[in-house]
Amino acid sequence: MNALPSPFSKKPWKSQPKCRVTRSKFLRDGAAPQGAAFTLTGTFFVRSIKYLTTMWTAVTIADQSLCTGTIPPKAMISMTATHTHRDNPYPHRHLLGIEGLHPHEILGLLDRAEQAVEVSRQLSKRKHVLAGRTQINLFFENSTRTQSSFELAGKRLGADVMNMAVSQSSVKKGETLIDTAATLNAMHPDLLVVRHHAAGAVHLLARKVGCAVVNAGDGPHEHPTQALLDALTIRRHKGKIARLTVAICGDIAHSRVARSNIILLNALGARVRAIAPSTLLPSGIAKMGVEVFNDMREGLKGADIVMMLRLQRERMNGAFVPSVREYYRYYGLDAEKLAYARDDALVMHPGPMNRGVEIDASIADGAQSLIREQVEMGVAVRMAVLEALADNLPAS
Amino acid sequence: MAFDTPKPLVLTNARVIDPARKLDAAGSVIIADGTILAAGPEAANQGAPYGADIIDCKGAIACPGLIDMCVSVGEPGAEHRETLASASDAAAAGGVTTICTMPDTDPVIDDPALVDFILRRARDTAEVNVHPLAALTKGLAGQEMTEIGLLQEAGAVAFTNGHKSVKNAQVMRRMMTYARDFDALVIHHAEDPDLAGGVMNAGLNASWKGLSGVPREAEIIMLERDLRLVGMSKGKYHVNLVSTSDSADVIRGGKAKGLNITAGVSINHLTHNENDIGAYRTFFKMSPPLRDEDDRQAMIAAVADGTIDIICSNHDPQDVETKRHPWAEAEDGAIGLETLLAAALRLYHSEQVDLSTLLAAMTCNPADRLGLETGRLAKGAPADVIVFDPERPWVLEKSAIRSRSKNSPFEDARFSGRVLRTVVGGRTVFAHG
Repeated sequence: MNALPSPFSKKPWKSQPKCRVTRSKFLRDGAAPQGAAFTLTGTFFVRSIKYLTTMWTAVTIADQSLCTGTIPPKAMISMTATHTHRDNPYPHRHLLGIEGLHPHEILGLLDRAEQAVEVSRQLSKRKHVLAGRTQINLFFENSTRTQSSFELAGKRLGADVMNMAVSQSSVKKGETLIDTAATLNAMHPDLLVVRHHAAGAVHLLARKVGCAVVNAGDGPHEHPTQALLDALTIRRHKGKIARLTVAICGDIAHSRVARSNIILLNALGARVRAIAPSTLLPSGIAKMGVEVFNDMREGLKGADIVMMLRLQRERMNGAFVPSVREYYRYYGLDAEKLAYARDDALVMHPGPMNRGVEIDASIADGAQSLIREQVEMGVAVRMAVLEALADNLPAS
Repeated sequence: MAFDTPKPLVLTNARVIDPARKLDAAGSVIIADGTILAAGPEAANQGAPYGADIIDCKGAIACPGLIDMCVSVGEPGAEHRETLASASDAAAAGGVTTICTMPDTDPVIDDPALVDFILRRARDTAEVNVHPLAALTKGLAGQEMTEIGLLQEAGAVAFTNGHKSVKNAQVMRRMMTYARDFDALVIHHAEDPDLAGGVMNAGLNASWKGLSGVPREAEIIMLERDLRLVGMSKGKYHVNLVSTSDSADVIRGGKAKGLNITAGVSINHLTHNENDIGAYRTFFKMSPPLRDEDDRQAMIAAVADGTIDIICSNHDPQDVETKRHPWAEAEDGAIGLETLLAAALRLYHSEQVDLSTLLAAMTCNPADRLGLETGRLAKGAPADVIVFDPERPWVLEKSAIRSRSKNSPFEDARFSGRVLRTVVGGRTVFAHG
């Protein structure tokens, strides 16, 4: 099923714990020679007292054996406790945001994604871990790259993928998000990928459906898979994320990408900077774990990664910034400003780009740009996420 | 509802609290012909009128029935959310004997005939007293003033623009000046509509949630403007719902200057803060938005020191169709009639507000401001009395909510203090157990 050995082999944590005690013939006969095998293979579920009792029994057996002085303890017991809560690489039902994920869970997803990159680069890109599973992509907002990325990811894992673009008009007809969710739920999907223009819409859906929900962007709240793919891209180029200086520039106030990235990069120990005019910064930004800069050149000094954000067209003309040309002058990334960052600095953008608004064409397509690679990593990360969630689905 | 004269009623063995007289003593309450004959220690050994029902309160508190100055009812226009009958039912269970209905119905209560309609519907279907508030501007559009004199004659007790502010300062100024000639009270929701473009309290919490914020200044600026206009017009002004510590300071300043102003706060802003929103729980979405804990504490302190005169439920029934949406698209509003007293008692149990002050903010203070006879246990006053046990524990279960809409932020909340009996005009309209 999988060419590379996975650190997180597929073991659904919901399965029944097994405990097998094998004693060697020698031991049973009462003649225990040096190094006799007394193996205990158990999978423990530390959450419940019942299993703790099992564990206690095992330890008692070991103690008795120790008393005989014949069996070295290490050779005697090998416990593989892969089913504990902590050892489930992703012990969540949904992926609603980066918030609430532990660093080791994030790293687990990135490791999984590394394998998915290999799969995606093979001639035969098909895996079958999601065979028989149904994935619905429910997009209340137009999206080309995220939707196609999720679609491809699902298909490469063998899932049946259905795309549902819910236009604004049908919502206006009076069907609420909950109605839509109930309708979809009746079709028994296993995975639901949702994008919605309102913050928290995905949380609302997740409470109402019986399947795993992936947040593909909810208003200005979170876009977790984008942050994961950004982290994967950075890690593949810099070998690490901790202690890197990442400058996020642009419309941070309205950006879900910025929020997810701020949380993720902080969780993995990066230094995060926010560069924007004050009208495009959310209130309380200084307490969000970033250094705030209004001067782009100052903010780019010594940066390892420059992450540009898209400026929505409706925010360009006077509401938040006076004009495109003024914004470009002070916050557009060009060669002159990029020179303030480290020489080996890399440039990222979640797309779609406005060349000449927030980024100069020569930078976007230049040697330091990772923008195309981000798209490739996007598919890999989404494969990893879908796989991780599918692992936690009840086996049919 | 019924037109027969109620039997006389004697509530004995009670702790009688009458905030209007600063009375808190063991005694009785004697009721006959729908009015109070005597209340307090002096009533304890007067005997009972002929044929009276005698109720032993077993030491529970007897006090004036609560007056809720800000209640939205769906009638007319949204009867599926709440009718006068269902609101009255909920009020009776919560110890509220008088409700003032907001004019933001469909149609808006901006015509004397509509005030009459509310009063007739209330007479026919409601068990508690209902006083309509009339619209301050036609259609609540904030442009043309309503017929304040005629509406007052029809029975409107005060004038308000509902949950919308009058943005135009000139319109507001004229309105206050004109209302002054009729000694009419202007109740205003102070929130600058342009600044208040967001959907929750502005700040770090909103930023992380990706929600647009309503800055505290939206309220403070509008309130400061209003008080300047009160100074100009010498009108009678009540700010309906305040939520920030600065607003309390502004009100304190205005009262020190001798302006004819009072202030109100919703029970939600005394018992919840923005952290209760959790994972986008829309039952906590309201206007003004829930603020942070410092503001909540400031509101409690302002009630305790009398800066804020009136506590209301800001009862606003919303159904599934308007609440089960993503946060930004859901309607504002929470129901609160049934839990008003129980929730307010939390401030008493936390020893932040004494019982007399707390009850005054829901009885004699609103009565005085609206010019109502009720809200006190004076001889000859309408017999609107409640009996409650301040310690009785209970849990608000969704299935037990009497309002037609179930959007209570107190769902599954634990309370200490339960209403045992509600008497309106001498008639028992609710008895617990």
